Amino acid sequence: MSVRGETRLWIAQRASAAVLALCVLVHLATMIYAVRGGLTGAEILARTRGSGAWLAFYSVFVLAVTVHAPIGLRAVLAEWLGWRGRSRDAALLLFAMLLAWMGMRAVFGVFA
Amino acid sequence: MSKWVALVHRVSGIALALFLPAHFWVLGQGLAMDAFLKWTEQPLVKFAEWGLVLLLAAHLGGGLRVLALEFLPWRDWQKSLAAAAAALALGWGLAFALAL
Amino acid sequence: MSATLRVRVWRGGAEGAFREYAVPRHESQTVLDVVTYVQRHLDPTLAYRYACRVGMCGSCAMAVNGQPRWTCRTHVDKVAKGDRIELAPLKNLPVIRDLVTDMREFFDKWARAKGQFRGEKKRSDDFARISPASERRKLVDAAIECIGCAVCYSACDVAAWNPDYLGPAALNRAWTLVNDERDAQQAARLRAVAGDAGCHSCHTHMSCTDRCPKALSPTAGIAGLKRAVAVAALKGGL
Repeated sequence: MSVRGETRLWIAQRASAAVLALCVLVHLATMIYAVRGGLTGAEILARTRGSGAWLAFYSVFVLAVTVHAPIGLRAVLAEWLGWRGRSRDAALLLFAMLLAWMGMRAVFGVFA
Repeated sequence: MSKWVALVHRVSGIALALFLPAHFWVLGQGLAMDAFLKWTEQPLVKFAEWGLVLLLAAHLGGGLRVLALEFLPWRDWQKSLAAAAAALALGWGLAFALAL
Repeated sequence: MSATLRVRVWRGGAEGAFREYAVPRHESQTVLDVVTYVQRHLDPTLAYRYACRVGMCGSCAMAVNGQPRWTCRTHVDKVAKGDRIELAPLKNLPVIRDLVTDMREFFDKWARAKGQFRGEKKRSDDFARISPASERRKLVDAAIECIGCAVCYSACDVAAWNPDYLGPAALNRAWTLVNDERDAQQAARLRAVAGDAGCHSCHTHMSCTDRCPKALSPTAGIAGLKRAVAVAALKGGL
C-alpha cells in the first residue's frame, strides 16, 4: 500500500476510535444498567424493538467497528505474525465485510 | 508502564475482534435468545462476561491514552496517562462486577 | 558490597555465548570501568566501543542487564543484581563482534527519513531570522540534542517487530526538520516519514522516551509527525 493509503488508514482508525469511545461508554453504561437483576431477551427487546434511536446508535456502532477492528488487526498481523502485503489486506477486507453483515443482521434482529 | 498498557490495549483488541462475530451471531438469533440467555446464567459465563467488560474497558482506556498522546500538544503529564488508563479500566470492571 | 563482580559478557556474533569474568569491585565504579578492566586485564580479544567516557558521545551504548544504557554513565551499584552484571550488544542491530553492533542500518534509516537539512538560500541572500521563542523553534530545540547513540532504537519494540521501521531517532530528527522554517524539502520529508515504515507504526510504548540518556521524547516528535502527515494528506499534499 502507498504511504498515502496507509495514512488514510491511520486517519480512519483514529476517527473510528473517537466514535467508538462514545459508543462504548454508552454501551458499557447500558450493560451495567441492564444486567442488574438478571438479563432476559424480553428486557433487551423491550428496549430496542421499534426504537429508531437504538437502531441508529447500533448501526453507527457496527459501522465504526467494521472500520476500526480490521485496521487494528492489520498492524498485529504484520508485527506478530509477519503477514504483510496484499493477501493480508484482502483477508482483512473480508473480515470487515463479515463484521458488517453479521453486525447489521444483529442490529435488525433486535430492532425488527 | 506505557509499554504494558499498550500491550494490554493490543491483546484486548485482538480478543474483542475475535469475540465480536460470536456476539453478533448470538444477537442475530432473535427469538432463540432467551434459551441462550438461560445458559449465560452459569457462574463461569458470568465470569467471562465480566472479563469481556474488563477487556472492553481496558481497550477504551488504552485507546483514550493513544488519542491523548497523538492529538494533544506534548506535556509532561501525558506520561501518567498509562496509569490513568489502567485505573479507568479497573473502575469499569469493578462497576460491572458490582452490578452482576 | 562484595569484593568481586561476576560479569557475564556476550562473546561472538549473532551466534555466541555469554562468558563470565571476575572483576574487582570498587566504589563509584561505572560499567565502562568494568568492561575496560575485562579487556585490558582478562581478555584482550573482547571487542567493545567507547570514546569520550564522559557521557557526551554515546559510543559506549550497550545492553546492561537487558536495558540499553551508556556504560560510562551507569554506576555499577545502580544496576548490579547482587554481585552480577550482564553485558550484551545493543538490540535490534546486527552484531559485528561481542559488544559491537553494526550501526549502518540505524544511520541509513536516518537518511531515509530525510533527516538531513536542505536549505535554498544562496550566500547572497540575507540570513534567515528565526526567533528562539517561536513555537516551532521551541519544538525543534526540545528534540535537537540527539547524538545518535541508538539507545532508543535498541529499546523500541516496533523496531524489533518491523525490520523496515525507521525508528525513534530517525523520526525524531525528521521532526526537528519539519519544524525548521528554513528547510526546503518538507513535502518529501512528510512522505518519507509516513506509512507502515514510518510514524504510523509507532504504538506509543514510549520505551524510547523512557530510555533516552538525553531525556528527549521521540514519542512526542512522532506524534507531531502523525498530525503533520494527516494534515498534509487531508489537504491532498501527501
